Amino acid sequence: MAEKKFEKAMQRLEEIVKGLEEGDLSLEDSLKSFEEGMKLLKFCSNKLEEAEQKVTLLVKQGDGKHTQVPFKLEEENNAE
Amino acid sequence: MPPENKTPQVYSVSELTENIQTLLEDHFDFVWLEGEISNFSRPASGHYYMVLKDENAQIRAVMFRLQTRYLKFLPENGMKIVAQGRLTVYAPRGEYQIILDYLEPMGVGALALAFEQLKKKLASQGVFDKEIKKPLPFLPQRVAVITSPTGAAIRDFLKIIRRRFANMEIIVVPVRVQGEESTADMVEAMDWVNRELNVDVIILTRGGGSIEDLWAFNREELALAIRKSRIPVVSAVGHEIDFTIADLAADFRAPTPSAAAELLVVEKETLLHRLEDMRNRLISGLGRKLKGLNQDLDHLSKRVKDPRKRLDDSWMRLDEIHNRLTRLMDLIVRDRKNRLSMEKRSLLLHSPLNVSASIKQRLDFQRTAIGHAMNSCLGEKQMSLSLLEKRIKDLSPLSILNRGYSITRSLPEKIVLRDASVVKKGKQVQVLLAKGALECRVEKRESE
Repeated sequence: MAEKKFEKAMQRLEEIVKGLEEGDLSLEDSLKSFEEGMKLLKFCSNKLEEAEQKVTLLVKQGDGKHTQVPFKLEEENNAE
Repeated sequence: MPPENKTPQVYSVSELTENIQTLLEDHFDFVWLEGEISNFSRPASGHYYMVLKDENAQIRAVMFRLQTRYLKFLPENGMKIVAQGRLTVYAPRGEYQIILDYLEPMGVGALALAFEQLKKKLASQGVFDKEIKKPLPFLPQRVAVITSPTGAAIRDFLKIIRRRFANMEIIVVPVRVQGEESTADMVEAMDWVNRELNVDVIILTRGGGSIEDLWAFNREELALAIRKSRIPVVSAVGHEIDFTIADLAADFRAPTPSAAAELLVVEKETLLHRLEDMRNRLISGLGRKLKGLNQDLDHLSKRVKDPRKRLDDSWMRLDEIHNRLTRLMDLIVRDRKNRLSMEKRSLLLHSPLNVSASIKQRLDFQRTAIGHAMNSCLGEKQMSLSLLEKRIKDLSPLSILNRGYSITRSLPEKIVLRDASVVKKGKQVQVLLAKGALECRVEKRESE
Protein backbone atom coordinates (compact mmCIF):
# COMPACT_ATOMS: atom_id res chain seq x y z
CA MET A 1 0.00 0.00 0.00
CA ALA A 2 2.68 2.42 1.09
CA GLU A 3 4.79 1.22 -1.81
CA LYS A 4 2.03 1.87 -4.34
CA LYS A 5 1.43 5.38 -3.06
CA PHE A 6 5.11 6.11 -3.06
CA GLU A 7 5.62 4.69 -6.55
CA LYS A 8 2.69 6.71 -7.85
CA ALA A 9 4.11 9.88 -6.35
CA MET A 10 7.49 9.13 -7.89
CA GLN A 11 5.93 8.54 -11.30
CA ARG A 12 3.98 11.77 -11.15
CA LEU A 13 7.13 13.55 -10.07
CA GLU A 14 8.99 12.19 -13.11
CA GLU A 15 6.22 13.44 -15.39
CA ILE A 16 6.29 16.89 -13.83
CA VAL A 17 10.06 17.18 -14.11
CA LYS A 18 9.97 16.10 -17.76
CA GLY A 19 7.15 18.54 -18.48
CA LEU A 20 9.08 21.38 -16.90
CA GLU A 21 12.26 20.43 -18.71
CA GLU A 22 10.56 20.40 -22.08
CA GLY A 23 9.55 23.98 -21.38
CA ASP A 24 6.33 24.01 -23.40
CA LEU A 25 4.20 24.93 -20.42
CA SER A 26 2.82 28.37 -19.78
CA LEU A 27 4.19 30.29 -16.84
CA GLU A 28 1.11 29.54 -14.81
CA ASP A 29 1.26 25.84 -15.56
CA SER A 30 4.98 25.83 -14.88
CA LEU A 31 4.43 27.33 -11.45
CA LYS A 32 1.59 24.94 -10.77
CA SER A 33 3.72 21.98 -11.81
CA PHE A 34 6.61 23.20 -9.72
CA GLU A 35 4.40 23.56 -6.68
CA GLU A 36 2.94 20.10 -7.14
CA GLY A 37 6.43 18.70 -7.68
CA MET A 38 7.71 20.21 -4.46
CA LYS A 39 4.75 18.76 -2.57
CA LEU A 40 5.41 15.31 -4.00
CA LEU A 41 9.08 15.62 -3.17
CA LYS A 42 8.22 16.43 0.40
CA PHE A 43 5.81 13.52 0.59
CA CYS A 44 8.40 11.08 -0.76
CA SER A 45 11.22 12.42 1.43
CA ASN A 46 9.01 12.17 4.48
CA LYS A 47 8.13 8.60 3.59
CA LEU A 48 11.81 7.77 3.38
CA GLU A 49 12.68 9.44 6.66
CA GLU A 50 9.59 8.36 8.56
CA ALA A 51 11.09 5.87 10.99
CA GLU A 52 13.54 6.96 13.61
CA GLN A 53 16.87 5.32 14.17
CA LYS A 54 16.60 3.22 17.29
CA VAL A 55 18.31 0.05 18.40
CA THR A 56 16.89 -1.98 21.26
CA LEU A 57 17.65 -5.31 22.85
CA LEU A 58 14.90 -7.69 23.77
CA VAL A 59 15.19 -8.87 27.36
CA LYS A 60 13.32 -11.84 28.75
CA GLN A 61 12.05 -11.28 32.25
CA GLY A 62 11.44 -13.76 35.01
CA ASP A 63 7.72 -13.95 34.36
CA GLY A 64 8.27 -14.88 30.73
CA LYS A 65 7.45 -11.41 29.48
CA HIS A 66 9.79 -9.38 27.33
CA THR A 67 10.95 -5.79 27.52
CA GLN A 68 13.08 -3.72 25.19
CA VAL A 69 16.08 -1.83 26.47
CA PRO A 70 18.43 0.44 24.51
CA PHE A 71 21.05 -1.73 22.88
CA LYS A 72 24.73 -0.95 23.16
CA LEU A 73 27.61 -2.99 21.89
CA GLU A 74 30.10 -4.05 24.52
CA GLU A 75 33.00 -2.32 22.83
CA GLU A 76 30.99 0.93 22.70
CA ASN A 77 30.64 0.75 26.45
CA ASN A 78 34.36 0.20 26.78
CA ALA A 79 35.15 3.05 24.52
CA GLU A 80 33.13 5.47 26.58
CA MET B 1 47.19 -72.45 32.30
CA PRO B 2 49.81 -74.53 34.12
CA PRO B 3 51.13 -77.27 31.77
CA GLU B 4 52.33 -79.50 34.70
CA ASN B 5 48.75 -80.03 35.66
CA LYS B 6 47.68 -82.70 33.21
CA THR B 7 44.09 -82.43 34.02
CA PRO B 8 42.69 -80.09 31.34
CA GLN B 9 40.89 -77.10 32.73
CA VAL B 10 37.24 -77.24 31.99
CA TYR B 11 35.47 -73.93 31.69
CA SER B 12 31.87 -73.45 32.00
CA VAL B 13 30.41 -71.57 28.98
CA SER B 14 29.93 -68.61 31.14
CA GLU B 15 33.47 -68.73 32.41
CA LEU B 16 34.86 -68.99 28.92
CA THR B 17 32.65 -66.32 27.61
CA GLU B 18 33.63 -64.15 30.55
CA ASN B 19 37.30 -64.78 29.81
CA ILE B 20 36.79 -63.96 26.15
CA GLN B 21 34.86 -60.89 27.12
CA THR B 22 37.63 -59.67 29.41
CA LEU B 23 40.24 -60.42 26.80
CA LEU B 24 38.44 -58.70 23.95
CA GLU B 25 37.05 -55.79 25.83
CA ASP B 26 40.34 -54.98 27.51
CA HIS B 27 42.31 -55.30 24.33
CA PHE B 28 39.92 -53.57 21.96
CA ASP B 29 38.48 -50.85 24.12
CA PHE B 30 39.29 -48.09 21.60
CA VAL B 31 39.56 -49.07 17.98
CA TRP B 32 39.22 -47.38 14.66
CA LEU B 33 37.51 -49.41 12.01
CA GLU B 34 36.65 -48.89 8.40
CA GLY B 35 34.07 -50.72 6.38
CA GLU B 36 30.80 -50.62 4.53
CA ILE B 37 27.41 -50.43 6.18
CA SER B 38 24.84 -53.13 5.53
CA ASN B 39 21.67 -54.33 7.24
CA PHE B 40 21.15 -50.90 8.74
CA SER B 41 18.15 -50.59 11.02
CA ARG B 42 16.80 -48.02 13.39
CA PRO B 43 14.12 -49.39 15.69
CA ALA B 44 11.88 -47.38 18.00
CA SER B 45 14.54 -47.42 20.69
CA GLY B 46 16.50 -44.93 18.59
CA HIS B 47 19.64 -47.08 18.58
CA TYR B 48 21.33 -47.78 15.24
CA TYR B 49 22.04 -51.38 14.34
CA MET B 50 24.15 -52.37 11.35
CA VAL B 51 26.69 -54.80 10.03
CA LEU B 52 30.06 -53.48 8.95
CA LYS B 53 31.79 -55.52 6.30
CA ASP B 54 34.56 -55.70 3.77
CA GLU B 55 35.35 -58.35 1.10
CA ASN B 56 36.12 -61.13 3.51
CA ALA B 57 34.56 -60.42 6.88
CA GLN B 58 31.82 -58.74 8.75
CA ILE B 59 31.12 -57.53 12.26
CA ARG B 60 27.95 -56.48 14.03
CA ALA B 61 27.83 -52.87 15.18
CA VAL B 62 25.53 -50.85 17.34
CA MET B 63 25.36 -47.14 18.09
CA PHE B 64 23.27 -46.17 21.07
CA ARG B 65 20.81 -43.33 20.92
CA LEU B 66 22.92 -41.12 23.17
CA GLN B 67 25.71 -41.15 20.56
CA THR B 68 23.47 -40.93 17.52
CA ARG B 69 22.37 -37.51 18.75
CA TYR B 70 25.79 -36.15 17.93
CA LEU B 71 25.76 -37.71 14.51
CA LYS B 72 25.09 -35.05 11.89
CA PHE B 73 24.06 -37.49 9.18
CA LEU B 74 22.00 -40.61 8.82
CA PRO B 75 23.96 -43.81 8.03
CA GLU B 76 22.81 -45.67 4.94
CA ASN B 77 23.44 -49.14 3.54
CA GLY B 78 26.41 -49.24 1.19
CA MET B 79 27.99 -46.20 2.81
CA LYS B 80 31.71 -46.54 3.41
CA ILE B 81 32.55 -45.28 6.86
CA VAL B 82 35.28 -44.85 9.41
CA ALA B 83 34.10 -45.60 12.91
CA GLN B 84 35.50 -45.49 16.38
CA GLY B 85 34.28 -47.75 19.14
CA ARG B 86 34.96 -50.61 21.50
CA LEU B 87 34.39 -54.35 21.26
CA THR B 88 31.93 -56.06 23.56
CA VAL B 89 30.77 -59.57 23.90
CA TYR B 90 27.09 -60.24 24.23
CA ALA B 91 27.13 -63.30 26.45
CA PRO B 92 23.52 -64.48 26.10
CA ARG B 93 24.06 -65.06 22.40
CA GLY B 94 27.77 -65.66 22.35
CA GLU B 95 28.28 -62.90 19.94
CA TYR B 96 30.72 -60.11 19.84
CA GLN B 97 30.03 -56.73 18.35
CA ILE B 98 31.45 -53.26 18.21
CA ILE B 99 29.75 -50.41 20.03
CA LEU B 100 30.28 -47.29 17.99
CA ASP B 101 30.92 -43.93 19.60
CA TYR B 102 31.63 -42.00 16.43
CA LEU B 103 30.98 -42.55 12.80
CA GLU B 104 32.00 -40.56 9.77
CA PRO B 105 31.70 -41.20 6.08
CA MET B 106 34.90 -41.89 4.19
CA GLY B 107 35.85 -39.37 1.55
CA VAL B 108 33.42 -36.54 2.23
CA GLY B 109 33.17 -35.25 5.77
CA ALA B 110 30.30 -36.27 7.96
CA LEU B 111 28.89 -32.76 8.08
CA ALA B 112 29.07 -32.31 4.35
CA LEU B 113 27.19 -35.52 3.93
CA ALA B 114 24.61 -34.59 6.52
CA PHE B 115 24.16 -31.25 4.80
CA GLU B 116 23.51 -32.92 1.48
CA GLN B 117 21.09 -35.36 3.03
CA LEU B 118 19.04 -32.67 4.75
CA LYS B 119 19.12 -30.47 1.69
CA LYS B 120 17.76 -33.31 -0.40
CA LYS B 121 15.08 -34.10 2.11
CA LEU B 122 13.86 -30.51 2.56
CA ALA B 123 14.02 -29.83 -1.15
CA SER B 124 11.75 -32.81 -1.76
CA GLN B 125 9.33 -31.34 0.80
CA GLY B 126 9.30 -28.06 -1.10
CA VAL B 127 10.87 -26.07 1.74
CA PHE B 128 13.24 -24.25 -0.67
CA ASP B 129 10.74 -23.63 -3.45
CA LYS B 130 11.24 -20.29 -5.15
CA GLU B 131 7.51 -19.78 -5.60
CA ILE B 132 6.83 -19.56 -1.88
CA LYS B 133 9.57 -17.08 -1.14
CA LYS B 134 8.27 -13.75 0.11
CA PRO B 135 9.55 -10.53 -1.42
CA LEU B 136 11.59 -8.16 0.71
CA PRO B 137 9.44 -5.40 2.22
CA PHE B 138 9.49 -1.97 0.65
CA LEU B 139 11.43 0.47 2.83
CA PRO B 140 11.60 -1.67 5.97
CA GLN B 141 11.23 0.46 9.07
CA ARG B 142 11.19 -2.09 11.89
CA VAL B 143 13.67 -4.90 11.79
CA ALA B 144 14.15 -7.83 14.17
CA VAL B 145 17.69 -9.16 14.24
CA ILE B 146 17.92 -12.68 15.66
CA THR B 147 21.53 -13.11 16.66
CA SER B 148 24.02 -13.15 19.49
CA PRO B 149 24.06 -9.69 21.12
CA THR B 150 27.80 -9.98 21.65
CA GLY B 151 28.84 -11.39 18.29
CA ALA B 152 30.64 -9.86 15.35
CA ALA B 153 27.51 -10.14 13.23
CA ILE B 154 25.45 -7.56 15.12
CA ARG B 155 28.47 -5.25 15.31
CA ASP B 156 29.02 -5.39 11.53
CA PHE B 157 25.32 -5.07 10.86
CA LEU B 158 24.85 -1.98 13.04
CA LYS B 159 28.02 -0.39 11.69
CA ILE B 160 26.53 -0.33 8.21
CA ILE B 161 23.11 0.82 9.40
CA ARG B 162 24.63 3.69 11.34
CA ARG B 163 27.09 4.71 8.65
CA ARG B 164 24.30 4.94 6.10
CA PHE B 165 22.09 7.01 8.41
CA ALA B 166 19.31 4.55 7.82
CA ASN B 167 16.32 5.54 9.86
CA MET B 168 15.26 2.17 11.10
CA GLU B 169 14.08 0.67 14.31
CA ILE B 170 16.16 -2.35 15.08
CA ILE B 171 15.24 -4.88 17.73
CA VAL B 172 17.99 -7.29 18.67
CA VAL B 173 16.52 -10.63 19.69
CA PRO B 174 19.28 -12.37 21.62
CA VAL B 175 19.92 -16.07 20.97
CA ARG B 176 22.78 -18.49 21.17
CA VAL B 177 24.16 -19.11 17.70
CA GLN B 178 26.44 -22.02 18.50
CA GLY B 179 26.13 -25.26 20.39
CA GLU B 180 23.50 -27.89 20.90
CA GLU B 181 20.75 -25.65 22.25
CA SER B 182 21.22 -22.81 19.81
CA THR B 183 18.89 -24.25 17.19
CA ALA B 184 16.07 -24.46 19.70
CA ASP B 185 16.86 -20.87 20.76
CA MET B 186 16.58 -19.61 17.23
CA VAL B 187 13.43 -21.60 16.46
CA GLU B 188 11.80 -20.17 19.56
CA ALA B 189 12.91 -16.63 18.69
CA MET B 190 11.57 -17.03 15.16
CA ASP B 191 8.16 -18.11 16.45
CA TRP B 192 8.13 -15.46 19.13
CA VAL B 193 8.95 -12.59 16.76
CA ASN B 194 6.21 -13.76 14.42
CA ARG B 195 3.77 -13.83 17.30
CA GLU B 196 4.72 -10.76 19.30
CA LEU B 197 6.65 -8.23 17.24
CA ASN B 198 5.27 -6.07 14.49
CA VAL B 199 8.35 -5.97 12.31
CA ASP B 200 8.76 -5.72 8.53
CA VAL B 201 11.60 -8.18 8.22
CA ILE B 202 13.62 -10.68 10.28
CA ILE B 203 17.38 -10.88 9.93
CA LEU B 204 18.85 -14.20 11.10
CA THR B 205 22.56 -13.71 11.32
CA ARG B 206 25.86 -14.93 12.71
CA GLY B 207 29.49 -14.19 11.99
CA GLY B 208 31.94 -16.57 10.33
CA GLY B 209 33.13 -19.83 11.85
CA SER B 210 33.95 -23.43 11.12
CA ILE B 211 31.30 -25.71 9.67
CA GLU B 212 30.81 -27.11 13.18
CA ASP B 213 30.31 -23.58 14.54
CA LEU B 214 27.68 -22.87 11.95
CA TRP B 215 25.99 -26.20 12.35
CA ALA B 216 22.99 -24.83 14.23
CA PHE B 217 21.94 -23.19 10.98
CA ASN B 218 21.91 -26.54 9.20
CA ARG B 219 19.14 -28.05 11.27
CA GLU B 220 15.83 -29.16 9.97
CA GLU B 221 13.85 -27.52 12.80
CA LEU B 222 15.29 -24.11 11.99
CA ALA B 223 14.64 -24.50 8.27
CA LEU B 224 11.01 -25.34 9.00
CA ALA B 225 10.67 -22.42 11.43
CA ILE B 226 12.02 -20.07 8.76
CA ARG B 227 9.63 -21.50 6.23
CA LYS B 228 6.73 -21.05 8.61
CA SER B 229 7.55 -17.39 9.30
CA ARG B 230 4.89 -15.02 8.09
CA ILE B 231 7.47 -12.20 8.17
CA PRO B 232 10.10 -12.27 5.42
CA VAL B 233 13.38 -13.73 6.64
CA VAL B 234 16.84 -12.70 5.47
CA SER B 235 19.57 -15.10 6.51
CA ALA B 236 23.15 -13.92 6.70
CA VAL B 237 25.37 -16.61 8.12
CA GLY B 238 29.15 -16.63 8.13
CA HIS B 239 31.12 -15.50 5.13
CA GLU B 240 30.31 -15.45 1.44
CA ILE B 241 31.45 -19.03 0.97
CA ASP B 242 29.34 -20.43 3.79
CA PHE B 243 26.07 -21.82 2.60
CA THR B 244 23.66 -23.15 5.19
CA ILE B 245 20.28 -24.84 5.13
CA ALA B 246 18.90 -21.69 6.76
CA ASP B 247 20.17 -19.70 3.76
CA LEU B 248 18.31 -21.99 1.43
CA ALA B 249 15.09 -21.85 3.44
CA ALA B 250 15.15 -18.09 3.95
CA ASP B 251 13.31 -15.71 1.65
CA PHE B 252 16.56 -13.97 0.93
CA ARG B 253 20.18 -14.86 1.52
CA ALA B 254 22.76 -12.19 2.28
CA PRO B 255 26.35 -13.43 2.06
CA THR B 256 27.42 -11.58 5.25
CA PRO B 257 25.85 -9.61 8.12
CA SER B 258 27.11 -6.37 6.53
CA ALA B 259 25.54 -7.36 3.24
CA ALA B 260 22.23 -7.91 5.03
CA ALA B 261 22.38 -4.34 6.32
CA GLU B 262 23.25 -3.01 2.87
CA LEU B 263 20.31 -4.92 1.48
CA LEU B 264 18.01 -2.99 3.81
CA VAL B 265 19.40 0.45 3.06
CA VAL B 266 20.33 0.25 -0.59
CA GLU B 267 16.82 0.71 -1.94
CA LYS B 268 16.27 3.70 0.28
CA GLU B 269 19.51 5.27 -0.86
CA THR B 270 18.65 4.79 -4.51
CA LEU B 271 15.29 6.41 -3.88
CA LEU B 272 16.93 9.29 -2.01
CA HIS B 273 19.31 9.86 -4.90
CA ARG B 274 16.45 9.75 -7.38
CA LEU B 275 14.53 12.28 -5.29
CA GLU B 276 17.56 14.55 -5.02
CA ASP B 277 18.00 14.37 -8.78
CA MET B 278 14.37 15.25 -9.37
CA ARG B 279 14.53 18.12 -6.91
CA ASN B 280 17.46 19.60 -8.83
CA ARG B 281 15.76 19.08 -12.17
CA LEU B 282 12.54 20.59 -10.88
CA ILE B 283 14.28 23.72 -9.66
CA SER B 284 16.49 24.16 -12.72
CA GLY B 285 13.52 23.40 -14.96
CA LEU B 286 11.49 26.23 -13.47
CA GLY B 287 14.57 28.45 -13.45
CA ARG B 288 15.09 27.88 -17.15
CA LYS B 289 11.45 28.57 -17.83
CA LEU B 290 11.57 31.85 -15.90
CA LYS B 291 14.77 32.87 -17.62
CA GLY B 292 13.25 32.16 -21.01
CA LEU B 293 10.16 34.18 -20.17
CA ASN B 294 12.31 37.02 -18.93
CA GLN B 295 14.17 37.07 -22.20
CA ASP B 296 10.90 37.08 -24.12
CA LEU B 297 9.74 39.97 -21.97
CA ASP B 298 12.96 41.79 -22.66
CA HIS B 299 12.53 41.38 -26.39
CA LEU B 300 8.95 42.53 -26.24
CA SER B 301 9.72 45.52 -24.11
CA LYS B 302 12.38 46.51 -26.59
CA ARG B 303 9.83 46.43 -29.36
CA VAL B 304 6.99 48.16 -27.51
CA LYS B 305 8.22 51.58 -26.45
CA ASP B 306 6.90 53.64 -23.64
CA PRO B 307 4.92 56.63 -25.04
CA ARG B 308 6.67 58.90 -22.62
CA LYS B 309 9.90 57.80 -24.13
CA ARG B 310 8.55 58.66 -27.58
CA LEU B 311 7.71 62.17 -26.33
CA ASP B 312 11.17 62.45 -24.88
CA ASP B 313 12.54 61.28 -28.18
CA SER B 314 10.58 63.97 -30.01
CA TRP B 315 11.88 66.58 -27.67
CA MET B 316 15.36 65.36 -28.16
CA ARG B 317 14.94 65.34 -31.91
CA LEU B 318 13.56 68.82 -31.79
CA ASP B 319 16.45 69.99 -29.67
CA GLU B 320 18.81 68.31 -32.00
CA ILE B 321 17.31 69.94 -35.07
CA HIS B 322 17.41 73.23 -33.26
CA ASN B 323 21.05 72.76 -32.46
CA ARG B 324 21.82 71.79 -35.99
CA LEU B 325 20.03 74.84 -37.27
CA THR B 326 21.90 77.15 -34.93
CA ARG B 327 25.15 75.55 -35.85
CA LEU B 328 24.30 75.86 -39.52
CA MET B 329 23.44 79.50 -39.04
CA ASP B 330 26.71 80.04 -37.23
CA LEU B 331 28.55 78.34 -40.01
CA ILE B 332 26.85 80.45 -42.66
CA VAL B 333 27.55 83.62 -40.78
CA ARG B 334 31.15 82.65 -40.16
CA ASP B 335 31.52 81.68 -43.78
CA ARG B 336 30.16 85.03 -44.93
CA LYS B 337 32.41 86.80 -42.46
CA ASN B 338 35.41 84.92 -43.77
CA ARG B 339 34.52 85.67 -47.32
CA LEU B 340 34.04 89.28 -46.40
CA SER B 341 37.42 89.51 -44.72
CA MET B 342 38.99 87.74 -47.68
CA GLU B 343 37.39 90.23 -50.06
CA LYS B 344 38.55 92.95 -47.76
CA ARG B 345 42.12 91.68 -47.84
CA SER B 346 42.20 91.29 -51.57
CA LEU B 347 40.68 94.69 -51.84
CA LEU B 348 43.42 96.04 -49.58
CA LEU B 349 46.03 94.25 -51.65
CA HIS B 350 44.75 95.90 -54.72
CA SER B 351 44.30 99.13 -52.89
CA PRO B 352 45.33 102.11 -54.97
CA LEU B 353 47.20 103.25 -51.85
CA ASN B 354 49.90 100.94 -52.78
CA VAL B 355 50.13 102.15 -56.38
CA SER B 356 52.32 105.19 -56.04
CA ALA B 357 53.27 107.95 -53.71
CA SER B 358 51.94 110.71 -55.94
CA ILE B 359 48.73 108.99 -56.28
CA LYS B 360 48.89 108.52 -52.56
CA GLN B 361 49.48 112.17 -52.01
CA ARG B 362 46.63 113.05 -54.31
CA LEU B 363 44.61 110.53 -52.60
CA ASP B 364 45.56 111.87 -49.17
CA PHE B 365 44.56 115.31 -50.29
CA GLN B 366 41.40 114.10 -51.78
CA ARG B 367 40.79 111.98 -48.74
CA THR B 368 41.15 114.93 -46.44
CA ALA B 369 38.81 116.84 -48.68
CA ILE B 370 36.42 114.04 -48.77
CA GLY B 371 36.90 113.71 -45.01
CA HIS B 372 35.92 117.28 -44.48
CA ALA B 373 33.03 116.99 -46.81
CA MET B 374 32.05 113.82 -45.11
CA ASN B 375 32.41 115.35 -41.66
CA SER B 376 30.28 118.32 -42.47
CA CYS B 377 27.81 116.08 -44.20
CA LEU B 378 27.82 113.74 -41.19
CA GLY B 379 27.48 116.70 -38.83
CA GLU B 380 24.42 117.85 -40.64
CA LYS B 381 22.99 114.43 -40.74
CA GLN B 382 23.73 113.98 -37.05
CA MET B 383 22.04 117.19 -36.15
CA SER B 384 18.91 116.37 -38.08
CA LEU B 385 19.03 112.92 -36.53
CA SER B 386 19.06 114.24 -32.94
CA LEU B 387 16.34 116.68 -33.86
CA LEU B 388 14.29 113.84 -35.14
CA GLU B 389 15.04 111.94 -32.00
CA LYS B 390 13.92 114.80 -29.84
CA ARG B 391 10.73 115.12 -31.79
CA ILE B 392 10.04 111.49 -31.42
CA LYS B 393 10.68 111.72 -27.71
CA ASP B 394 8.39 114.69 -27.40
CA LEU B 395 5.67 112.75 -29.08
CA SER B 396 5.86 110.00 -26.46
CA PRO B 397 3.11 110.34 -23.87
CA LEU B 398 5.70 110.00 -21.15
CA SER B 399 7.60 113.11 -22.19
CA ILE B 400 4.28 114.94 -22.41
CA LEU B 401 3.48 113.90 -18.86
CA ASN B 402 6.96 115.01 -17.88
CA ARG B 403 6.10 118.45 -19.07
CA GLY B 404 3.16 118.60 -16.62
CA TYR B 405 0.35 117.21 -18.66
CA SER B 406 -1.79 114.44 -17.30
CA ILE B 407 -4.16 111.84 -18.70
CA THR B 408 -7.58 111.32 -17.25
CA ARG B 409 -9.37 107.96 -17.63
CA SER B 410 -12.87 107.00 -16.63
CA LEU B 411 -13.23 104.35 -13.99
CA PRO B 412 -13.67 101.57 -14.09
CA GLU B 413 -13.74 101.45 -17.94
CA LYS B 414 -10.30 103.06 -18.18
CA ILE B 415 -11.23 105.01 -21.26
CA VAL B 416 -9.11 108.11 -21.91
CA LEU B 417 -11.28 111.21 -21.54
CA ARG B 418 -11.16 113.89 -24.16
CA ASP B 419 -14.55 115.47 -23.54
CA ALA B 420 -15.89 116.61 -20.13
CA SER B 421 -19.46 116.00 -21.25
CA VAL B 422 -18.99 112.27 -21.28
CA VAL B 423 -18.33 112.14 -17.54
CA LYS B 424 -21.17 112.57 -15.10
CA LYS B 425 -20.83 114.42 -11.87
CA GLY B 426 -19.77 112.22 -8.93
CA LYS B 427 -18.12 109.68 -11.21
CA GLN B 428 -14.68 108.35 -10.33
CA VAL B 429 -11.83 109.10 -12.67
CA GLN B 430 -8.16 108.26 -12.72
CA VAL B 431 -5.51 110.85 -13.39
CA LEU B 432 -2.22 109.51 -14.65
CA LEU B 433 0.78 111.74 -13.87
CA ALA B 434 4.42 111.49 -14.96
CA LYS B 435 5.00 109.72 -11.72
CA GLY B 436 2.08 107.81 -10.16
CA ALA B 437 -1.68 108.32 -10.52
CA LEU B 438 -4.58 109.91 -8.64
CA GLU B 439 -8.08 108.67 -8.20
CA CYS B 440 -10.55 111.62 -8.15
CA ARG B 441 -14.27 112.28 -8.11
CA VAL B 442 -15.84 114.67 -10.53
CA GLU B 443 -17.32 117.56 -8.51
CA LYS B 444 -18.26 119.81 -11.33
CA ARG B 445 -18.38 119.76 -15.07
CA GLU B 446 -17.67 122.62 -17.36
CA SER B 447 -18.38 122.48 -20.98
CA GLU B 448 -16.34 124.62 -23.39
